[in-house]
Amino acid sequence: MAVAALRPRALLWQALALGVVAGVIAVFSINAAHHLAARHIATGFGFLSAAAPIPIGESLISYTPSVSTYGRALLIGVLNTLKVAIPGCLLATLLGTLVGIARLSPIALLARLAALYVELLRDLPLLLQLLFWYGVFQTLPAPRQAMRPLPGVFLSNRGLRIPDLVWQPGFTGVAFALLGGIALSFFLARRTALAPGLAVRLGAFLPVLLLPAATLALYRPAFRVDWPALHGFNFQGGASLSPEYAALLTGLVLYTTSYVAEIVRGGLAAVARGQWEAGAALGLPRGAVLRLIVLPQALRLIIPPLTSQYLNLVKNSSLAVAIGYQDLVSIADTTLNQTGQAIEGVALIMAVYLSISLTISLAMNFYNARLARQAG
Amino acid sequence: MRSSLPVRIFSAAVTLALALILLDGLWHFFSWAIVHAVWSVPRGADGAPDTDLCRAAIGRGACWAVIGEKFRFILFGFYPHALQWRPAIVVALFVLLFALSLNPRFWRPALVAVWLAVLALVAVLMWGGVFGLDFVAADQWGGLPITLILATFGLALSFPLAILVALGRRASGLPMIRWLAVAYVELIRGVPLISLLFMASVMLPLFLPEGIDINKLLRAQLAFILFAGAYLAEVVRAGLQALPRGQQEAAAALGLSYWQATRLVILPQALRHVIPMLVNTFIGFFKDTSLVLIIGIFDLMTTGRTATLEPRWQGFGNEVYLLLAAIYFAFCFTMARISRLLERRLNEPHLPIEEPA
Amino acid sequence: MSGPAIRFEDVHKWYGRVHVLRGISLDVASGERVVLCGPSGSGKSTLLRCINRLETHEKGRIVVDGMALSDEPRALKAIRREVGMVFQSFNLFPHLSVLENCTLAPIRVRGLGRAEAEARAMEYLARVRIPEQAGKYPAQLSGGQQQRVAIARALCMQPKIMLFDEPTSALDPEMVREVLDVMVELAESGMTMLAVTHEMGFARQVADRVVFMDQGEIVESGPPGEIFSAPRSPRLKSFLSQILHQH
Repeated sequence: MAVAALRPRALLWQALALGVVAGVIAVFSINAAHHLAARHIATGFGFLSAAAPIPIGESLISYTPSVSTYGRALLIGVLNTLKVAIPGCLLATLLGTLVGIARLSPIALLARLAALYVELLRDLPLLLQLLFWYGVFQTLPAPRQAMRPLPGVFLSNRGLRIPDLVWQPGFTGVAFALLGGIALSFFLARRTALAPGLAVRLGAFLPVLLLPAATLALYRPAFRVDWPALHGFNFQGGASLSPEYAALLTGLVLYTTSYVAEIVRGGLAAVARGQWEAGAALGLPRGAVLRLIVLPQALRLIIPPLTSQYLNLVKNSSLAVAIGYQDLVSIADTTLNQTGQAIEGVALIMAVYLSISLTISLAMNFYNARLARQAG
Repeated sequence: MRSSLPVRIFSAAVTLALALILLDGLWHFFSWAIVHAVWSVPRGADGAPDTDLCRAAIGRGACWAVIGEKFRFILFGFYPHALQWRPAIVVALFVLLFALSLNPRFWRPALVAVWLAVLALVAVLMWGGVFGLDFVAADQWGGLPITLILATFGLALSFPLAILVALGRRASGLPMIRWLAVAYVELIRGVPLISLLFMASVMLPLFLPEGIDINKLLRAQLAFILFAGAYLAEVVRAGLQALPRGQQEAAAALGLSYWQATRLVILPQALRHVIPMLVNTFIGFFKDTSLVLIIGIFDLMTTGRTATLEPRWQGFGNEVYLLLAAIYFAFCFTMARISRLLERRLNEPHLPIEEPA
Repeated sequence: MSGPAIRFEDVHKWYGRVHVLRGISLDVASGERVVLCGPSGSGKSTLLRCINRLETHEKGRIVVDGMALSDEPRALKAIRREVGMVFQSFNLFPHLSVLENCTLAPIRVRGLGRAEAEARAMEYLARVRIPEQAGKYPAQLSGGQQQRVAIARALCMQPKIMLFDEPTSALDPEMVREVLDVMVELAESGMTMLAVTHEMGFARQVADRVVFMDQGEIVESGPPGEIFSAPRSPRLKSFLSQILHQH
C-alpha cells in the first residue's frame, strides 16, 4: 500500500525506533558492567583458554578434566549436539516417511494406528517423553545381568555396548569408494529411470556395491574387532552409547517422526488426484507413477516444512540438559555457572544455534529460488 | 478400483497381525494398570505411608497410591494447603476462557475485555493480599496453574507485540523498522527456548539497575512473552499476506488512514484467517512451558518430576508420568480438535463466520 | 470550485524500466463525464489510480479539486474524502455487513454520528436499489449486488468525483445491466465521473468525452459520437474494430 512514506516523517519514526532499541541496549550494558564489576567477574572470551574442571562423560575427541580448556569442552558440546542431531534427523525422516505413508494406507487398522501415533506424540510435551524414555533406559538390568539380543551386543542400564570395528587406514579408501559409488549410482539411476526391464534399473545401483568391494579386495585391510567384555561391574571395550544418549535420541526421533509423518502425508495428499489418474491413463504402473510423477511434486511441498522440522530437532536437542546428556547447552550452562560469565555463555549458545538455523534458512531459500525458476 | 485377491489377503494378514499385537499390548497394560494395581497403601505407626505393598507389585501392577498421596502437590505445588481452592478456581477460569475463545459465537471486541478481566482475576486469586485474601508469594505457586499462567499470559501479552512486529515487517518505506522486525523474529526463532529461559533467569538480573529485583517466575514469563511474540508475529504475517490487496486499496480510497484501515479492515480479516494456526501455536506454547523445569520453576512437569524423586516413592515414575500425560493430553488434544473444526468452518467461503443480525 | 475537477500536467510514470504514463495532460471539468478506453496495458487504470494516489506519479503534476497531489498525509486524506472509487473486484469488506460497509468511512473519516451515517447509507442503498440487503453480508450477495453496494459505499462519502475502474469487467453478463443502470442514473444527476470501461454503449449514452489511450499516451479524445463514428488515428481505428468484432 502506498503508505504516506513522506521522507521526514518516515525518518522520524525510524529514528525513534532505533533510538528506543539503542537506549535499552545502552541501559542494559551500563547496568551489566556495574554488576559484573561489583562481583569481580571478568568479561570477554578469555575463559575459553582457561582449564575446565568439568567432568564430561562422553566425547568424540580426547578430553581431560581440569587440563583441557573450556574452549575444548564447548567444542565437545557442539560435537555431542551434532552426534544426536544428525542421526536424529536421518532416523526421523525415515520413520516419518514410513508412518506418513502408513497414514494413507488402504489398510484401515494401519492407517488408524498411524493417526493415533501422530496425535498422541504431538499432544504430549517433548520433555515428558524424554523423561519417560530416560526412566525406561534406567530400568534396564545392571551390566551383570545385561540383555544380549545379539552376540557381542549388550543392553544394560549403563547403555548399549556393541563390538567396535577398529578403524584401519584402508577403510578411508573404502569410505571414499562408497561415496563415489553412491554418486555414480545417482547419475545412472536418473538415466535409467524410464528404461524397461527391472534388471536394468536395478543395475544402476551396482556401483554402490562394486566400488567398495573392489577397493576392499585391492587393499585387503585387516579386520579387527574390539569385543566388549564384562570386567567387574561394567563393560570394557567395544563402542558404547550411554543411556542418556539413547534416551535423547529415542525421544527426539519418535517425537519428530510424528511431525514428519504429517508433513509427508500432507505433501502426498496435496498432489492432485488427477496426477495419479493421468499417470495411470498413460499406462504407467502404480510404482512408476509414484516415483516419477507424484513424488517429485510431493517433495516440493514436503521439503520446506521438513527442513524447519530438522531445525526444530536441533533446537529440541537442547533439552539434553534435563536428562544429563552433555550437549552444548549443558556444557555451556556448567561453564557459565563456574566462570560467572553468564552473558558470554548465553551469547555463545545463541550464536551456535543461530548459525545452524541461518545456514538451514539460506539453503532453504536457495532451494526455493531454484524451484521458482523451474516453475517459470 | 477393487484390489486384487493377493492384495486383499495381504491387507487382511497385516490387519490381523496388528490387531493381535494391539490386543496383547492392551491386555498387558490393562493388567498392569487395573487388575494387579495397588490403589492405596496402609499408613505405618508414624502416620507415614508404608510403600511395601507397592514395591512388591513393581513390574506387575501399577502403584496408584503414589497419585493419591501426591496429587495435590503435583497439581498445586507448594501452595498452602488450606488455600488451594484459589488455584483450583484459577484453573477453572482458564478452562472457561479457552472454551469461550474457541467458540466463534463470542468473537467480538468484547472478548478482549473478558480476557483482561480473567487475567486480572487470576492475578488477584493467586497473589491475594486484597479483598480479604491471604497473600501467597509467587515462589510458593506451582503445578498446573503455573503452566496455564505461563502459556496464557505469554500469548495474551505478546499479542500486541506480535501484531506490531508483523505490521512492521510489511511497512514499506520504513526500512529500519522492517530490519528490526526481521532481526527480532529470526533471532528468537533461531535459538532454542532454553537459551531464552537461561537469558531471562541468569542474564536479566545483570541488566537491571541495582536494587530492582524480579522474581523468578516473572523472569520466565518475560522470556515466554519474547518467545511467543516472534512466533505469533509469523502467524499474523501469514494472515496479512493472505489478504487480497484490494482490501487495503478500498480502505485507502475511502480516506481511512493507515492505522484506521489496519484496525478496522485489515487486522480483523487477517486474524480471522489464521485462528487455527494461532490455536496450534498456543498448543505448542502450552507444551513448551514444561521447559521451566530446567530453570527450577515449579510448573506441572516440575512438580510431577519432584514427586517421583522422594525416596519413599522412588521407582514409580511411570505412574506419575501417566498422570501428567493425561493432563497435558486432555488440554492439547481438545484444543487441537477444536482447531481442526474451526479450520474446516473457516474454509467454507459461502458461510459467513458471524451470524448476520 | 474554480478550475477543473481533475488536472493532469505532463504526468509521467515508470514501473521499473517500463514507461507506463508518457506525458499525460488532461483536464476533467466539474460535472463532466469522461470515459477512458484503450487496449490492455495502455495505462488507463494506472492513470485513474494516480488520481487518488493508489499509484504515485514520478514526473509532472496532478491537481484534484484544487489540491495538488502529494504524500502529505492530511492533504492526501482531504483528497481521498472527495474522490470515490469503485473497483473491478468490488473490494467490499467481507467481515462487515452491507450497512457497516457503507457507514464505516462516513463515521471514521467524515466524523458523522452513527444514526446520521446509517440514514445516509440507507438513502444511497435505496438509490442503487438494494435497501433490503442492508443487514446481509457481502458473501451472501450476487456480483451485481456487491458492485452496487460498492457504488453506494463510495457515494456515502458524498465525493465530488467518482472514479470507476472497469466496474463491470468481473461481472457475469446478466448482471452488467443493473450496474450500468446505476452508473447512468448517477451520471445524469451531474456527478463528475471518470470511468475506465469497455462498455461502449454506456459511453455513447452518457459520456461527455471519450479519451482513447494506447501505450501510455492519450492518442485521441472527443465526444462519443465523433470517436466512434469518425476515428482519426489508425490505432483507435484498429481498437474499435477489435471491440466491435467482439460484439
